[in-house]
Amino acid sequence: MTQVAPDFPSSRAKDGAIYLDNSATSWPKPPEVAQSMCHFLDEVGANPGRSGHRMSIQAARIVYATREMITNLFGAADPLRVIFGLNVTDGINLALHGLLKPGDHVITSSMEHNSVMRPLHDLQKQGVEFTQIPCGSDGTLEPDQVQKAIRPNTRLIALNHASNVCGTILPIREVGQIARQHDLLYLVDTAQSAGVLPIDMEEDFIDLLAFTGHKSLYGPMGTGGLIIGERIQPEDLHPIRHGGTGSRSEREIQPDFLPDRCESGTSNAVGLAGLLAALEWLQEYGVGKIRAHEKQLCAFLLDGLDNIPGVEVYGTQDAAKQTATVAFNIQGMEPSTIGLRLDEDFNILCRIGLHCSPSAHQTLGTFPDGCVRFGLSAFNTLDDIQLALDAVHRLAKEAI
Amino acid sequence: MSAEFAAILVDSTSHALRIEKLLISQGLTCKLIPVPRHLSSDCGVCVRILKSDMETIQTLMIEHHINDQPIEVI
Repeated sequence: MTQVAPDFPSSRAKDGAIYLDNSATSWPKPPEVAQSMCHFLDEVGANPGRSGHRMSIQAARIVYATREMITNLFGAADPLRVIFGLNVTDGINLALHGLLKPGDHVITSSMEHNSVMRPLHDLQKQGVEFTQIPCGSDGTLEPDQVQKAIRPNTRLIALNHASNVCGTILPIREVGQIARQHDLLYLVDTAQSAGVLPIDMEEDFIDLLAFTGHKSLYGPMGTGGLIIGERIQPEDLHPIRHGGTGSRSEREIQPDFLPDRCESGTSNAVGLAGLLAALEWLQEYGVGKIRAHEKQLCAFLLDGLDNIPGVEVYGTQDAAKQTATVAFNIQGMEPSTIGLRLDEDFNILCRIGLHCSPSAHQTLGTFPDGCVRFGLSAFNTLDDIQLALDAVHRLAKEAI
Repeated sequence: MSAEFAAILVDSTSHALRIEKLLISQGLTCKLIPVPRHLSSDCGVCVRILKSDMETIQTLMIEHHINDQPIEVI
């Protein structure tokens, strides 16, 4: 096994660098992504949903087709409930700021990214309360703990599907069941899992699904958003941006229908054209096939790291229980040094530090120093992993 | 000429595209056009249909739970 498909682009940069920072953003993208974006800029170009001429309608068709693909990917009910924004952070902010009121209580986990924790801390100043369920030192969550944390004023549960630090997969369906049994709203952050793990809004009891286009969906940066489930009435969701929508232009009041209620201003249609191509590519190869490939790479990496003296790996250390995001440290060497050496001496690009997730690092016992993270993608090969392991081995020997 | 047509007035271009997809799947003629000023002051689009298809389309839209988008003769 080398690649998912023989026509995949090389995972190496032009200078030969091995890109292992896919948890931050995936690279390379399927070639169709750039082609689709160029086509949009060169031949479509007009503002979607703003005019009645054919170029504008063609642009709107591309945006609408992207809504449909997102709807199908996540088992959502209605393309008009797909709200496009900049990224997953935009989607999470819309859900939390748009729905929560003073006195509401939120349950979340200790493995969350700052995309959830910072909005919650901001909302806390306005009287919103929250409880963080402590996860195990491998990042796993016990669903019973969520049940025990429910209070009379609990309104929403917000959960990360897979850790951006160590890849640990959280039990979203079990927690979703608890949320539905108690009639609570349920927000899932799919930043690290969309396109890799199966997700179905209905079967997983998800009311609000935040997604990003530029990671494992393989689209461009600046795409993402929120899918709003049918248990939420549009009028109960306060938009975080108000402005022009191309609809109801005679009124100076924000429309009450979706998606326009939450999509003010010209959209990133060129980005969405790229995301559409990425989603078509993903559909063609299949989430299951990509997951199987990444799982194999992840198992190889975990096994290799386990055999290097002086290396400590965080998380479940089981490729079946995590995404292909692997966190580790080398005893006696700072993560920043490891990152620099990997880049300069071994041509390996990864991310070190706290990964915008101080709470997750506290859970894993790696705060405040952080760790090294290898984030793999469909485009990485066993050769990439072997070279990365050889590099870590060399560094670990030096550090002893 | 214009008496042959009707227009489905929609909330947004996304709604228009959803209806267009439904009508095309049923082999019905339609086109997205700017909303005629005498029907609405909106700056968006509407779905132009044949006046002779009005009843069929009304039934179809109800079947697909698209109940809140009025149809007007142009």
